[in-house]
Amino acid sequence: MKDLPQLIFNKSGEGKIGYDFSPTPFGDDLIAMDSDKRRDDVQHFPQLSEVEIVRHYTNLSHLNHSVDSGFYPLGSCTMKYNPKINDKIASMEELNAHPYAPIHMVQGNLEIIKTLETLLVKLCGMAAFTLTPAAGAHGEFVGMKIIRKHLAEQGNPRKIVLIPDSAHGTNPASAHFSGYEIKEIPSNEDGIIDVETLKEHLDEDVAALMMTNPNTLGIFEKNIREIADALHANGSQLYMDGANMNAFLGIVKPGDLGVDVIHLNLHKTFSTPHGGGGPGSGPIGVAQHLVKHIPVPVVSQKDDGSFHASYFNEGIGRVKNFYGNFLVMVRALVYILALGKENLPKVAEDAVLNANYIRKHLEGHLDLPYASKTLHEVIFSDKGLPVKTLDIAKRLLDFGIHPFTVYFPLIVHGAMMIEPTETESKQTLDEFIAAMKTILKEAEEDPEKLQNAPYNTPVTRLDEVRAARKLQVKWEAESE
Amino acid sequence: MKYFPLTDADRDEIRQFLGIKETRELFSDIPQDNVYFPMDDVPSAVPEDQLIKRFKAYADKNSFTRQLSFLGGGAYHHFVPEVVNHLSLKGEFLTPYTPYQPEVSQGSLQVMFEYQTMICQLTGMDVSNASLYDGGTAAAEGALLALRKARKKNTIMVARNLHPEYIEIIETYIHDLDEYSIKYVDFDRETGTIDIDHLEKQICDDCAGLLFQSPNFFGVAEDNRKISDVLHQKKVFSVQVVCEAMSLPFLAPAGENGVDIIVGEAQSFGLPLGYGGPFLGFMAVKKEFIRQMPGRIVGETVDTRGKRGYVLTLSTREQHIKREKATSNICTNQAWCALRASMYLATMGKTGLMNISKANHLNAAYFVKEIAKFDHVDIKYKKNFFNEVVLEVKNKPVTQFIQELENKGILPGVPLKWFHKDYPSALLVNFTELHDKADIDKLVDVIGELK
Repeated sequence: MKDLPQLIFNKSGEGKIGYDFSPTPFGDDLIAMDSDKRRDDVQHFPQLSEVEIVRHYTNLSHLNHSVDSGFYPLGSCTMKYNPKINDKIASMEELNAHPYAPIHMVQGNLEIIKTLETLLVKLCGMAAFTLTPAAGAHGEFVGMKIIRKHLAEQGNPRKIVLIPDSAHGTNPASAHFSGYEIKEIPSNEDGIIDVETLKEHLDEDVAALMMTNPNTLGIFEKNIREIADALHANGSQLYMDGANMNAFLGIVKPGDLGVDVIHLNLHKTFSTPHGGGGPGSGPIGVAQHLVKHIPVPVVSQKDDGSFHASYFNEGIGRVKNFYGNFLVMVRALVYILALGKENLPKVAEDAVLNANYIRKHLEGHLDLPYASKTLHEVIFSDKGLPVKTLDIAKRLLDFGIHPFTVYFPLIVHGAMMIEPTETESKQTLDEFIAAMKTILKEAEEDPEKLQNAPYNTPVTRLDEVRAARKLQVKWEAESE
Repeated sequence: MKYFPLTDADRDEIRQFLGIKETRELFSDIPQDNVYFPMDDVPSAVPEDQLIKRFKAYADKNSFTRQLSFLGGGAYHHFVPEVVNHLSLKGEFLTPYTPYQPEVSQGSLQVMFEYQTMICQLTGMDVSNASLYDGGTAAAEGALLALRKARKKNTIMVARNLHPEYIEIIETYIHDLDEYSIKYVDFDRETGTIDIDHLEKQICDDCAGLLFQSPNFFGVAEDNRKISDVLHQKKVFSVQVVCEAMSLPFLAPAGENGVDIIVGEAQSFGLPLGYGGPFLGFMAVKKEFIRQMPGRIVGETVDTRGKRGYVLTLSTREQHIKREKATSNICTNQAWCALRASMYLATMGKTGLMNISKANHLNAAYFVKEIAKFDHVDIKYKKNFFNEVVLEVKNKPVTQFIQELENKGILPGVPLKWFHKDYPSALLVNFTELHDKADIDKLVDVIGELK
């Protein structure tokens, strides 16, 4: 193993130029800023030539595992292939408008926004969508605020949001920042919400249930209609976390199942790149009674066919600058149009086939904590294994495979959450299954081998405790 | 369809292995009367060549590209060197997720570490996080951070000359948190800046911090040292908001002027205008705030061989550990935008960045000097602007003025009456390094014709 590339600051050389600046014709006599407000240096800032920049980042890129380089079955993240045409179209200069450009000069962009909204409405059966939220968690926050606004208008915003114990951590955090207290409800032995248990929790304080569906065990909440009815009878709302829409894209519309608010993740289901952790986009779909509460701006089409953006409604206000992550929306629209109605249901079909293929191959080898049908992802536990989940994950790295999501959901001991997506070939799945079987055999014969893994990666296991204790969160010049 | 690697034979084989006849059987937990809904009104698949045509058709309905633009107000048109596009579009950077497995993510992690360092160098702060969604949400997170850190104080002060969209976002974020309230601090219409005496009188016992913008919404640099001093005397945190990150290499670093938290928008560092997104929210703080900070933070450590490496650290602040007690609900952030910013900053380097930020200012200063020869327009704040100025139109309604410039192929700026009733006849005009002297002369000449 080679050492990591030096930090860019250590490659810097006084006087090197990475960009040829065209000199300004204006002299310093024009400067209109008080001298005590100015600076004349950014100390220790990098100075490199262009080729050194290119090599620095190219070498760093080689240290990353990515969807483009190999299998990435990171559960709940939907690491599907990101089509290249999406990026090409999103980089068209003619779409690259200033957000305050006059409305009549950006009709194409507004049409793109409205077209995507309309398609998401059709695919989800909701009354309207807003594309403003920047990511899934941002969408959750916006969705819960919409619910709160509606309930407040009914006379009482209520106090409590119910969240199943299998939920992603963003759900309780988003509900909290929307002004709610959280009450956790247990999943039943089938891994889903029990309608009777839910009803026991319902009283006049309950604003909503936040439900991921299929949930983080990959299991569809099959009682969703009864759940919705029970909530609505109590004056509460059903929020659906649609992060797992890849399991039902083109198969079912959440709006048909009693859902009041849903968020989607364009960077999961709709193939926009994850970018190493964003940018995402977290559109919110709402039922008819909530349409008036969506955030501004609201894009609409007038009778003459022209598009318009409105900044005034009875909504929750503004949640993000401008129109949201427009270039992410462009990519998602390209994707939906590329698939079309013929292929959209195949996304979920192949994703679910692939997940079940892995499940059936590995269920004799790993503990399957819930026997319920799984959709797009399968969750195993580390029960009965001589090593920990983390050890298996680290050993997978040596096979050129990114591990599954580990230790989530929290209700499964040593959870391994495997989501292959529809964009993997059967050969890739077979290689993964073979690697898993090899690793499980190694675990029996030589557990230490796994505990010391990985061996073939740019660095070995990193000391996270030291990172947190001896905090070093930036490079510092050595004192002269 | 080319995105699906399974063949029909593969699908048959998998179904046989699973013991099912139809894939549909796998969806039996979904209410059956709702599955396979009709999709008649969804369009048919479009092949790649036709997709390009389709989006060219959308593009043809946009006409802004033919205009000479001086629009700013929170989104700025700066040059992006080609290396930034080339390198950032590499699949190894574009297609991984958050670096949860550091052994195979050292590329992204080292870039984030370098990003955090460069943000600290530019702001003079101790710690930067790895990004937030955008300037407006970063401002809201800055308000919440000050409130959390101050513990028993529940009022956040917000300067009225903050970007109006940012104020709206802060209002939305605070609105449902009943324990918190906002107190607005007005600014001096004559200078466009915060009046220190007025500010001092506004500080209350319950005030946790002040959010002020510098350069403010009118483009004018505030006296962040005096502001911070007044705040600190009453144990109130100084939170600076920056909409135009290109000002950072030009202005004295906030950390050296007493600012406790700096948040803002770094779109200017290598991100396209993109019709407003994705942009890059940044946040940097004094070290005593780090454990209350929202968002990802990358830290340096060693591996089992003692070799240098990077990991996500202090994750006990975050939602996946702390759930509703987390410092923020943020998960996916703007990592790739921060990566582009890193590449941009490294490419421009110290010299490039200093030159470009100064060129921005000089272009604005040249305009201010040239426009002084006319009586029908006036620059409202002639001192301490960075790259944006307020142009008052005295001889005709501002809408008509803008329309007449538009007819000549110029977008002269953002009309302030969209945001402030006190500025019915003014617009915010922005200059960057992309404007050359001829562009500015043209703007001046055409304005001159509109007497």
